[in-house]
Amino acid sequence: MGLIDFLKSIEPDKKKSPLLHTAYDAFFTFAYAPDTVTKGGTHIKDGMDLKRLMVTVVIAMQLCYLFGTYNIGHQHFVAAGEYLGFIEGFHLKLAHGLIKLLPIYIVSMAVGLGIEFYFAAKKGHAVEEGYLVTGALIPLIMPPDLPLWILTLSIVFAVIIGKEAFGGTGMNIWNIALLSRVFVFFAYPLTIAGDQCWISGYEKISGGASADYGWFHTGFFNTLFEWMGLNTFNTATTVVDGFSGATPLALAYEGGWEKVTSVFSEGQMIWGAIPGSIGETNKVFIVIGALILILTRVASWRIMAGMLVGLIGTTWILNALGSTPFMTVTWTQHLMMGSFLFAMAFMATDPVTASSTDKGKWVYGILIGFIGIIIRVMNPAYPEGWMLAILLLNTFAPTIDYFVIESNIKKRFSRA
Amino acid sequence: MNKLKLTLSLALLTNILSAQSQGSGSNLLFYGIVAVCAVLVVWAMLGLTGNLLKIEASKYGIDNETSNFGVFPDLRDFIKPKRPSFATGGTYHSLKKGFDISLEGKAEGDATHAGVSRFAIRPGDFRGMSPIPKVEVEVGSEIKAGDVLFYDKKRPEIQYVSPVSGEIVEIRRGEKRSIAEIVILADKDIKYKKVSTPDINSCERTELVGFMTSNGLWPLINERPFDVVPLPETIPSNIFISTFDTAPLAPDSNVIIAGNEAAFQQGLNVLGKLTTGHVHLGIDARGNVPSPAFTGASGVEKHWFSGPHPAGNVGIHIHHVSPIKGHNKVWTLGVQEVVTIGKMFNTGEYHADRVVALTGAELVSPKYVRTFQGASLADLLKDNVNGENLRVVSGDVLTGKQESMEGFLGFRDDQVTVLKEGNYYELFGWLLPLAPRPSVSGTIPSYGKDYKFEADTNTHGEKRAFVVTGQYESVLPMDIFPQHVMKAIITNNIERMEGLGLAELSEEDVALCEFVCTSKNPVQSILRQGLESLKEQS
Repeated sequence: MGLIDFLKSIEPDKKKSPLLHTAYDAFFTFAYAPDTVTKGGTHIKDGMDLKRLMVTVVIAMQLCYLFGTYNIGHQHFVAAGEYLGFIEGFHLKLAHGLIKLLPIYIVSMAVGLGIEFYFAAKKGHAVEEGYLVTGALIPLIMPPDLPLWILTLSIVFAVIIGKEAFGGTGMNIWNIALLSRVFVFFAYPLTIAGDQCWISGYEKISGGASADYGWFHTGFFNTLFEWMGLNTFNTATTVVDGFSGATPLALAYEGGWEKVTSVFSEGQMIWGAIPGSIGETNKVFIVIGALILILTRVASWRIMAGMLVGLIGTTWILNALGSTPFMTVTWTQHLMMGSFLFAMAFMATDPVTASSTDKGKWVYGILIGFIGIIIRVMNPAYPEGWMLAILLLNTFAPTIDYFVIESNIKKRFSRA
Repeated sequence: MNKLKLTLSLALLTNILSAQSQGSGSNLLFYGIVAVCAVLVVWAMLGLTGNLLKIEASKYGIDNETSNFGVFPDLRDFIKPKRPSFATGGTYHSLKKGFDISLEGKAEGDATHAGVSRFAIRPGDFRGMSPIPKVEVEVGSEIKAGDVLFYDKKRPEIQYVSPVSGEIVEIRRGEKRSIAEIVILADKDIKYKKVSTPDINSCERTELVGFMTSNGLWPLINERPFDVVPLPETIPSNIFISTFDTAPLAPDSNVIIAGNEAAFQQGLNVLGKLTTGHVHLGIDARGNVPSPAFTGASGVEKHWFSGPHPAGNVGIHIHHVSPIKGHNKVWTLGVQEVVTIGKMFNTGEYHADRVVALTGAELVSPKYVRTFQGASLADLLKDNVNGENLRVVSGDVLTGKQESMEGFLGFRDDQVTVLKEGNYYELFGWLLPLAPRPSVSGTIPSYGKDYKFEADTNTHGEKRAFVVTGQYESVLPMDIFPQHVMKAIITNNIERMEGLGLAELSEEDVALCEFVCTSKNPVQSILRQGLESLKEQS
């Protein structure tokens, strides 16, 4: 048992350097499950703990990560009209995807965990694992071309104002990942609105704009690919004329389902080879993630089912009204576009910010489905509603619980 | 609600009629809508009648979960769960929520005689007892089974008696000179103090209570809420007896009752005189046919329960049969306590013999033994324990009390569990659990229904902020939100605790919540803290 003795020997002093000790403790308990035994209360405990819970969620989103990374590169070359087949230019697409995704991931983890460690040390308790999931979710819901300083600001805002100000993990009212996204959305609307941000690696998205390659493209990967005898990044790459970079939702807002299918096929939308936030495009992989969460009972199936019911019901009403082209889009078509499924699987199911009672979870899910579709279809400024719908219902989740609990109390008192 | 429906249908009718007068619409549509309205009106009236009937029924207090006084059939009536064939008579409750922790080391076979020589009665086993009770014996005194050992100076009429005859060898003191335990070295053949018993069919209630309090029978009764020995003047609204235990490795009541059937029935007869309500028996409907002593008991209400743990907890039975209302008190007893009461009235002697299940994977042979209340654990477990680094628990692994090897069996305990201490580090234990461990989580392999785990006392993770919701609710088959009860206790909101049903809960009911808690919260001790503040208020 050499490793554990070594780890024990380098343990920093808790009093002298609390921050260092907090960091050490976080990594030590990561490597070894602690040797604590039960004291008072039950003598045995369930094998489940928060680390395992959080890592299950992270595992469930890994396929989205894999696909998202590649799709960043794919969309980049589609804009240029090169390597149009999905697996053509595989190495270039992957390289470009990694160049874009890795900095976002590293910044997300470093900034968020840095703040967590600092506050844990200050409060003198162990680092809670909540940010492992939040930090993994944030890159997936960001547009690929997001400047890193905006990302940093958004995470600082979300973690400090949204979480630590409320008392840390388990106490926050709003979903942290969505809070960082909403910060970007409201603080830097020009960066994230419109069709400009969904394709990465160009100065801007309009015909003739040239590719924006850095040292990693031209220096590192081009040297590597040349040595391997593969195609390299071409600095003369430009956006083809007439390419807009519009997402299916933007198209649907303009001209309904017809306009969408004139640009993207249904298969493309289901398998995710479309522009959009990094991890939200591939519907199949998201559904697989959702199934992992449901089968392991990590996330609430009631919230997911409630959201589906809300979406389907509201879409039926809108279909019946049918006054704009977007209103005629059916619920199956709604499922293929945008980030509904991702929000359903990973965002709304956050147990801390959702309703806590079973009945409340249904109401919570249905209302998210209802409000999200209303925002998506009716709001002219930004055709996606899940972020705002979930944050709104996060706010009202305690109220929903309140009514469920009051009815239980009333029932009990009426018996007496 | 019904009024609304009525108004709506009337409004609809006038609407249609006015449309008719304008001469539009077909006749068929008109009659169709009239017919629908007529049906709605009749339905609304029936609904109203049904509700009135229900209100009337609740006025008389005859409404409960199993009867439907409304006019319409309850949806539950159509999807009634199927009773096992042996579960005849009484009500049947099929519970779904809960979790059976399947552990290695279940006691087998019939009860054998255990050579236990030392016994102890501990004032600390009785909640609310003053720390220094009046001790009636001194070291060296010779006593018989049934002789008074001590009493609480606040309630001197309730006597606590010796389970065995022999010599007082030690009066151990605890903190601040409190009496920790009175240790008795037992005779080989137990001598009993003989008393004349009142005739339960003719005597007054006060006489019966007086007899029970002065002969050590009263402390056998547990009062809910708060789990205390009741005051002699209390009249319970009901008395509940659970005849089966679903806790991990719990003893089988059929083994316990063997040979004591008549005493059990006599005990039930006595208890029947003490309540204005009923004596309720909770009976096992999970599969094994219960002893005829339970199924054939007379003068009691029978209720069959099936489902995973905690289906056998008396608190669950109370909740489903006749929940504690307002300031009502409910008394609960275990099978062996009822037998002791019955034997006293049959023989005039205090027979505190107990069948105890010695359980746990660390025992050489898990088995049933016959001994007395408060038996020495060292004597019970002699030559039966494997290995070192063990924990001895008086009771089951969920609610039992940790004892040293020199400790004694708790006053109401009929089980000893020995399990391994889990003070080891596990490389990536949270990610890749190498040894099988019981869990309700879908992320940990379950190894099938028949697999028996060798659980240890490792916490499998550290205490964290509360995150996962719905977990507690999934293992408590009650119409209660334990998570919100805990929240009310932590914020010390008395009114809310009461409203959310804290008085219906006891540690054993929420023990599974503590077991499953991902954030490793001490649910049982929080609950007790809440019960204490509720008790102070009332």
